[in-house]
Amino acid sequence: MNENLREIAKDIRCDVLTCIGHLGVGHIGGCLSVVELLTVLYFEEMNIDPKEPKKAGRDRFICSKGHAGPAVYATLANRGYFDKKELLTLNQGGTNLPSHCDMNRTIGIDMTTGSLGQGFSCAVGVALGSKLENDGATIYTLIGDGESQEGQIWEAAMFAASKKLDNLIAFTDYNKLQIDGTVEEVNGIAPLDEKWRAFGWNVIDVEDGNDIDEVSAAVKHAKLGIGSGKPTMVILNTKKGCGVKWIEDLGTANHNTNVTEEQAKAAILEIRGEA
Amino acid sequence: MEMRAIYAECLAKLMEADKHVVLLDADLAKASGTIKLRERFKDQIFDCGVAEQNMASIAAGLSSYGFRPWIESFTPFASRRICDQVAISIAYAKQNVKIVGTDPGISAELNGGTHMSMEDIGVLRSIPELVIFEPVDGVQLRAAMPVLNEYPGAVYVRLFRKELPDVFPEDYKFDLFKADTLKEGADLSIFVSGMLTKDVLDAAEALEKEGISCDVLNIHTIKPIDREAVIASAGKTRAVLTVENHNIIGGLHSAVLEALAEEKIPVKAVGVMDRFGEVGKLPYLREVTGLTKENIIKTAKEAVALK
Repeated sequence: MNENLREIAKDIRCDVLTCIGHLGVGHIGGCLSVVELLTVLYFEEMNIDPKEPKKAGRDRFICSKGHAGPAVYATLANRGYFDKKELLTLNQGGTNLPSHCDMNRTIGIDMTTGSLGQGFSCAVGVALGSKLENDGATIYTLIGDGESQEGQIWEAAMFAASKKLDNLIAFTDYNKLQIDGTVEEVNGIAPLDEKWRAFGWNVIDVEDGNDIDEVSAAVKHAKLGIGSGKPTMVILNTKKGCGVKWIEDLGTANHNTNVTEEQAKAAILEIRGEA
Repeated sequence: MEMRAIYAECLAKLMEADKHVVLLDADLAKASGTIKLRERFKDQIFDCGVAEQNMASIAAGLSSYGFRPWIESFTPFASRRICDQVAISIAYAKQNVKIVGTDPGISAELNGGTHMSMEDIGVLRSIPELVIFEPVDGVQLRAAMPVLNEYPGAVYVRLFRKELPDVFPEDYKFDLFKADTLKEGADLSIFVSGMLTKDVLDAAEALEKEGISCDVLNIHTIKPIDREAVIASAGKTRAVLTVENHNIIGGLHSAVLEALAEEKIPVKAVGVMDRFGEVGKLPYLREVTGLTKENIIKTAKEAVALK
């Protein structure tokens, strides 16, 4: 099942490594942890057309944890929004691919994000807009677990439930690590599922958020919530740096770290199972 | 007619004409005068509750979806409280959001220091591309509302809520980016924004009787300031006075100084002298902050003496 998606996820993961390795530094940990989600959304679930990136009524993905930009760009390039060669311009002066997502620079990016907490509220605004237009779009958004410490996340959570925005499907990249330590050490957010339920959301807990089959099933499950009168939060238990052992082993240090071209090449072999 | 009533009436017209014009507020619709529009525009008005940051970013999301959102709160909560959301969700992302801050400066009266924003223009003026507009009377506000709605970018509107004396005639032609000359004179330029404009005109009349003829310009758009008009007037009179209901740091005075930095012309200020607000009615607050006709006259003479 989903063998094709698994292969695409490998391609995206490798492209993330290639572009961050080419640059020499980047938010590698939180990019690699969300590859399966991006694969499922862009290659299986979302109603989108790379030939018409601004098409009215399309589904939207808003990456509120904007520092996962490189993972989104790799996904968009694999989906045909732009040439893969452009990935090598990541964070170079004048690039269309800045470290944090920018809707005015990058084809296929639906929101400018990076100041944590704000993208989630923007996604709520987009979901409200879609409801008002009655265009049937599904609005997907991704937040970080560290990002969940922002008060604005919970302001938006309250509003989305209050306005019954059941066209909104959110994901938490629950890799349990942030810059200064583990999320629980820094400023605990557990129990996350109970918090979202208490805020009036449907909650789906995914045991392995880096397993394509589980993520695919969870998104399908989440879509059943459309019409329920409640937005849905899918908590993805992920591994920061997933797919490359030495990056995983860096732990909290993998948030934004140096990656040489040689390390990237070795990592790609590891992902391809050729190491 | 109160400024908020004119604002609400204009918004109603805009919402009537275009269902993509939407209004978000943060539990202050009664204060801003828009509460009575709610029944009529159920699908265009949304109360976000006491969560201004969320309101600002939701508006950005709606803008990205083709809507023309207006958001409103008291000035401190529409500026310093949501500064990062205005900077990133709205201005940096090039969203078409109109931000209305009511009760500027000392006009917050009995709400006192916590609600008395002396710094909103200063906080927002350094955000690139953001336009800052402060209407001076009902005539100008009526003329400005459709222009603001059409303007494809972020604008902060600094709105005095209660009644203001009319300064402009009914046939007034509004240009968002051009200052208006209210009176021509040769000895002193007075640049004024907002609620003190009528006081400045009264002061100019008194000064005229004492032989000081004033050029009076209403700077309704503080950013981008109409540099051309400021330099032309100051170049003619060679002495300047700025008058504003805001801290003299960061507001109109600063904007005028920036425009005149290379002109070697003395510039004096009537404004809030880098202090917080306090509770009181307007006459008391005017006295303690020096925002009076008498102080305008006195400082105008000092400016002329510096020539």
